Amino acid sequence: MPAMREDYDVAVVGGGLVGAATAWGLARAGCRVALLDEGDRAVRASRGNFALVWVQSKGLGLAPYSAWTVRSSDAWAGFAALLRDETGLDVCFQRPGGFHICLSDRELEARATALKRLHNQPGAVDIRAEILDRTQLAKMLPDIGPDVVGASYSPLDGHVNSLRLFRALHTAIALRGVRYLPSHRVDAIARDGGVFRLATSHGEVRAGRVALAAGNANMRLAPMVGLEAPMRPERGQIVVTERLRPFLHHPISTLRQTDEGTVMMGDSHEDSIDPAGLTLGVSAKIAERALRVFPLLADANVVRTWSAIRVMTRDGFPIYDESTTHRGAFVVCCHSGVTLAANHALTLAPMIARGALDPSVVEPFSARRFHVQAPG
Amino acid sequence: MFRRLADSGSEVVLVVDGRPVAARTGDTVAAALLAAGFDHCRTTPASGAPRAPYCLMGVCFECLVTIDGIGSRQGCLVPVRDGMVVETQIGRREAGR
Amino acid sequence: MTQASDFESHYDLVVVGGGPAGLAAAALAARAGLSTVLFDENPGVGGQIYRAIGSTPVADRSILGEDYWAGADLAAEARASGARIMTGATVWSLDSARLVGVSVGGQARIIQAGRVIVATGSLERPFPIAGWTLPGVMSAGGAQTLLKAQGMVPAGRTVMAGGGPLLWLLAAQILRAGGRIEAILDTMPRRNWLHALPHLPDFLLSPYAAKGLTLLREVRAKVPVIRVDGLEAAGDDRLREVAFNGRRLPADLLLLHHGVVPNVNLAMAAGVAHEWNARQLCFQPVLDEDFGSSVPGIAVAGDGAGIAGGTAAAERGRIAACAAIRALRPEAFVPDLQTIRQRLQREEMGRPFLDWLNRPADSFRQPEGETIVCRCEEVTAAQICAAADLGCEGPNQMKAFLRCGMGPCQGRLCGLTVTELIAARRGLTPAEVGYYRLRPPVKPVTVRELASLPVAEAERRAVEG
Repeated sequence: MPAMREDYDVAVVGGGLVGAATAWGLARAGCRVALLDEGDRAVRASRGNFALVWVQSKGLGLAPYSAWTVRSSDAWAGFAALLRDETGLDVCFQRPGGFHICLSDRELEARATALKRLHNQPGAVDIRAEILDRTQLAKMLPDIGPDVVGASYSPLDGHVNSLRLFRALHTAIALRGVRYLPSHRVDAIARDGGVFRLATSHGEVRAGRVALAAGNANMRLAPMVGLEAPMRPERGQIVVTERLRPFLHHPISTLRQTDEGTVMMGDSHEDSIDPAGLTLGVSAKIAERALRVFPLLADANVVRTWSAIRVMTRDGFPIYDESTTHRGAFVVCCHSGVTLAANHALTLAPMIARGALDPSVVEPFSARRFHVQAPG
Repeated sequence: MFRRLADSGSEVVLVVDGRPVAARTGDTVAAALLAAGFDHCRTTPASGAPRAPYCLMGVCFECLVTIDGIGSRQGCLVPVRDGMVVETQIGRREAGR
Repeated sequence: MTQASDFESHYDLVVVGGGPAGLAAAALAARAGLSTVLFDENPGVGGQIYRAIGSTPVADRSILGEDYWAGADLAAEARASGARIMTGATVWSLDSARLVGVSVGGQARIIQAGRVIVATGSLERPFPIAGWTLPGVMSAGGAQTLLKAQGMVPAGRTVMAGGGPLLWLLAAQILRAGGRIEAILDTMPRRNWLHALPHLPDFLLSPYAAKGLTLLREVRAKVPVIRVDGLEAAGDDRLREVAFNGRRLPADLLLLHHGVVPNVNLAMAAGVAHEWNARQLCFQPVLDEDFGSSVPGIAVAGDGAGIAGGTAAAERGRIAACAAIRALRPEAFVPDLQTIRQRLQREEMGRPFLDWLNRPADSFRQPEGETIVCRCEEVTAAQICAAADLGCEGPNQMKAFLRCGMGPCQGRLCGLTVTELIAARRGLTPAEVGYYRLRPPVKPVTVRELASLPVAEAERRAVEG
């Protein structure tokens, strides 16, 4: 029998932001890439995220995650410029500094404590976060309502038009010859000689390497290639208004105005993983808090609400791993597909292209951490 | 573009973009604007193109206007009232009104 | 003025929409003793077909025709039935637990319904030609609403284009009211007759046949009818000319219509399963013989259940109401269902003929180039085709890429076009492509209204931790 031949250097599984950023990075490194995707019906976090490029609050419990996040935040402007040059699409990345707003003294104290713990962790990087009282905050956000007691602030926080990012990445990969295969749900992965054979609903795809970037579905796919991706998906809900004239020039962790003018409000956490479900009371609570932050939103029309399933690893930190049993199989899995897009495209993908992850960069994010016994 | 078959109802006066405009009870704001010869009632938030009422049954959202200080109201669903203040809506609505 | 706080927090039956289906359903249910409320967002009941019944300034009954005035009985019956009828009330949310979100006068309420009959009717099929967003271009239905509700008749140079029963009816009504029409541009392909002909015998037995022919004769005697296979509205800031067949006709008003399709937004947002109707070229809910949907306790009656016209809509409303009565008050009197079903069947007989005869050509449903598809976000056909070429196989990915369907109309004027364009470009069927995933609110609701709704402890914790 003749030796199995691969059709692609790398098959990336998952056509969301993580997969598309990885595929683009691989193509830039000269790989022949196929991007396998469920397509329109996918439970797609990339279509339902909050579009923050967010640093503050990342890394409590795993200091290297802070550093990894800051690295991506710093790389984002260059990443956006590359995408613009290749596609002509401006993804509107801005880093004007962002806020986490508190509506009670208790919330503000909890916030200050969290930042202090983050700062005091061994190996912590400086995220330049500070606590602002109401007076300081009102100078930067004059429209805040009387219930706002203060906020935390980091100048490293920013946001982007994540839907345009999604489109820009797909445009860029098409321009670089990546083969995008929608409606290709991967059912099984086998290794035959040096070739990965991916069985999909639309036939088999063969590749020399495989990168799993399928969000929560990595839980199902990773064991097929000797990897693991323990996940605990959860549902978040977002409320969106009609387009308004610009009034808010900074992103807030739960509220932001897009470049198009719409105001997004969100940040709920529910255990349900029914993507079609929507809890009216959750929307009401989100709206009520948004109104307390900015009373001038009272008469703005809500034109859309949606729920999406967060990609969430069991401990909330990314999983980047390389299989020891199936050489050439990688998993790229994280919650923050927007914030970390620059890293995935510019740092991680080149490692996969070279065939090995650089432990000095990604060792902390191996799933092996889930096997370490907690002390005591 | 339109004329009235007969003067039904009684006359009410709206203020549209600062000018008095005669309408009839039984009019919706969108109908009153069309009867008064307004060419468009808003410009779009995307490109600034002028738009006029299209469906008059509440589904197209082309007749969005500011009514009594509140923006983005569907003019085809709101009955006129004497003294009502209507403004054509230019581009994106302003937060807070 | 009625306020949102004026009505109960629970009703046996909530009827959404006050057209023929809703009025008939509410009347029957309330008479049988169900606590019934009917919500309609318009200033009065009647829906679109009986728009402004009871308040129309059009006194000469011959102008709107006897079919219109038949709506008066339906409205009177509903008013006398004891059903609570709320106009100016916008239903913006419905879920599988039959919680109904409704706003009246800027106040929102959540109401628990024992059963729900969605009678949100139809809307005009999108008619995306170049220039259809220009002021001066309007849907024929819109012009008919102005005639019925405000007694307004087109003045100046008026051109009508498209096809289907409503276009011809409106033309006749305008003429009877003393209006003038420069031309009717018939966009229906001649070969439609090939598909329609086998259904002619059934049509001839339906109540529509005689009426339709009379109407056509009446209009053709006074207005030039020109068959066209392309159409463009031209002008800078407003309509100036209508271009077709290499000609340019100066015009002040262009009225477009090529049929109606179910208004699916509320039912879809409630999770009701829908299917593609290949004959009527639209999505419609999957329903049982009582118009019950895939969501227990939610029925869809009237043209929202698939296009069949106003008289059929009332019968469908009655059938759905009977099912609600049987479920909630089995001891109550219900009229003979068999008779209702027979009447409905007769009403529906002429439908296949009309559907095939008035099937819009592909070119009028699948525009090209710079023609705007999504009016709210101003997304063009060329952009949609380019995104489809990138691998976009469905309307939700398309929405993410281009924002089509993200404006306030929530896809009502672009949804079918986007589905059909993707299908054509990717070699898929519209059924495979599917429709926008719709969520509440299906009509805009203010942040203040949303914030005023009750929040359970678990819901609070989901947000505040």
